[in-house]
Amino acid sequence: MSAKVLIVAEHDGRKLNPSTARCVSCARALAGAQIAIVVCAADSAAVAAEAAQLGGVTRVIAIDNPANAHALAAVLAPQVVAVAAPYSHVLGPSTTFGKDLMARVAGLLGAPQVSDIMAIESATRFKRPIYAGNAILTVEASGDGKVVGTVRTASFEAAGGGGSAAIEKAAVDVPLPTHTRFVSVSAAKTDRPDLQTAARVVSGGRALGSAEGFKILYSLADKLGAAVGASRAAVDAGYAPNEMQVGQTGKIIAPELYVAIGISGAIQHLTGIKDARTIVAINKDGEAPIFEVADIGLVGDLFQIVPEIEKLLG
Amino acid sequence: MKRILVGIKRVVDYNVRIRVKPDGSGVITDGVKMSINPFDEIALEEALRIKERGGAEEVVVATVGPADTQQQLRTALAMGADRALHVQADGVIEPLTAARALLKLVEKEQPLLVILGKQAIDDDNGQTGQVLAALWNRPQATYASKLELAEGTARVTREVDAGLETLEIDLPAVITTDLRLNEPRYVKLPDIMKAKKKPLETLTLAALGVEPRQQLRLVHYAPPPQRQKGVRVRDAAELVDALKKKGIL
Ligand SMILES: Cc1cc2nc3c(=O)[nH]c(=O)nc-3n(C[C@H](O)[C@H](O)[C@H](O)COP(=O)(O)OP(=O)(O)OC[C@H]3O[C@@H](n4cnc5c(N)ncnc54)[C@H](O)[C@@H]3O)c2cc1C
Ligand SMILES: Nc1ncnc2c1ncn2[C@@H]1O[C@H](COP(=O)(O)O)[C@@H](O)[C@H]1O
Repeated sequence: MSAKVLIVAEHDGRKLNPSTARCVSCARALAGAQIAIVVCAADSAAVAAEAAQLGGVTRVIAIDNPANAHALAAVLAPQVVAVAAPYSHVLGPSTTFGKDLMARVAGLLGAPQVSDIMAIESATRFKRPIYAGNAILTVEASGDGKVVGTVRTASFEAAGGGGSAAIEKAAVDVPLPTHTRFVSVSAAKTDRPDLQTAARVVSGGRALGSAEGFKILYSLADKLGAAVGASRAAVDAGYAPNEMQVGQTGKIIAPELYVAIGISGAIQHLTGIKDARTIVAINKDGEAPIFEVADIGLVGDLFQIVPEIEKLLG
Repeated sequence: MKRILVGIKRVVDYNVRIRVKPDGSGVITDGVKMSINPFDEIALEEALRIKERGGAEEVVVATVGPADTQQQLRTALAMGADRALHVQADGVIEPLTAARALLKLVEKEQPLLVILGKQAIDDDNGQTGQVLAALWNRPQATYASKLELAEGTARVTREVDAGLETLEIDLPAVITTDLRLNEPRYVKLPDIMKAKKKPLETLTLAALGVEPRQQLRLVHYAPPPQRQKGVRVRDAAELVDALKKKGIL
């Protein structure tokens, strides 16, 4: 029996989030899988068209409903369940969108969920990190019944294009709750690359000392075309907004280049950057644990070094 | 009575360096410090603050787990919870089983709010709150960093990838906590003495009518792959050169 995978698309109403293409790669690791994507939106046209082009996807199910204008797990979950019957696997990204939604889907289905899938061993065997990435656990589902999963996006490349899946509108007739209402979302406006998908990330810690202090990172990041991240200590102290936090309780990222500046390298932080190709650490304490994972380490005062690097970059 | 139910999980303390057993059968937990899951401490702190502001009359903590878990329930009582419920269960407790047991407690206790952690730092599943909300057919507000209660509703600010999202939800509901919701109080010695006299009720999964089903077999534990040892450079110029050599700049 080959796997039939349903992927729940993450999007903002206009564009598909890159996390969905990474879920497609995860699904393709299931040998011979048939892959469908479900798009729940107020108006799915643009997003569904984008999803249909992902390589390996054979079917896009579009569910249009004004109630889907904002992604509310309690509203989306019953719709996903309504179209999930033919599928052996139901996957979503391990982003705040996917983590919030997929476990609710699993609850409605009474199915087990494998969180943060980092590797597929077979249709029923998966690898996932536990204890903040300090152990890798292999789990096995029985094979009778569905498996719900969230995909650790840093572990999979985004699937390319080249697909031409059929888009079907699904009329889903299930009662949707009104007990959960969207009020607002506030996000700091930025022209910098998105932290989760950026090839380069410059990240700052408590050592930056203030929101003002973070400005030297923004300046360096702009030179490098990098996104800016932060440790939890920096976010807690109000030096950087929460969406910049990297780590176990922030974002898990896999850039080509990660520059950790004034970050000690607590395990909760390191778990967010383990898949970075090259890690650079700048810290005045030569014993800081960040140097244990750094490919290139520089011991010194960041307030002196960072402007120097910027100058050298021209 | 306006009641808040808080889920407590006993986990390996977050300061412990985790090591995988050589035979891959698990991680070493013998002689290791155990604590309340940090997100659950935050959940309890929030419940206590709501009660102290007059928004609730009773805070009940609950755990599903082996006998040892009572230590963490006693700590929770010392922090200020009024009562504790211990659902005795051995072996692996998957989120679905924990949520089913918590649902039975919800039906018994009729809380206004259930507050859980956003994830347990041992299995890092991050599922139980959402599964409970699904089974209960009630709202969920996960990753909460701010919680304001009104009559019959709550306004919750959530930490999401895009920034901060605010939801309005009807009560009762399930909230899961993020780290910035609050900073938990320390337990004082006299409170530890007082906690010994607070009620702690023991139940069983069977008595609640919950069948402990394990749907995922835990096949193998491995240490994570180690990164190659890196190089040290002396100054900014050497750093930029090293990056150029690697073809990154
Ligand atoms: C459940 C839980 C979850 C967590 N999740 C996360 C998470 O997702 N992400 C995260 O980051 N943390 C997380 N943490 C917190 C984590 O344990 C650390 O406290 C945090 O990462 C420390 O941040 P920091 O490195 O910026 O600060 P510190 O540990 O204070 O380090 C500051 C560093 O800056 C260096 N420094 C100081 N001045 C200078 C200077 N002038 N020049 C150069 N270097 C300098 C110091 O030597 C030091 O190494 C979590 C903790 C818990 C309990
Ligand atoms: N066995 C349990 N007993 C009580 N609460 C639990 C249990 N397992 C999980 N929880 C709650 O659910 C949250 C998320 O756990 P998890 O889904 O395992 O990551 C925890 O922070 C607890 O608040």
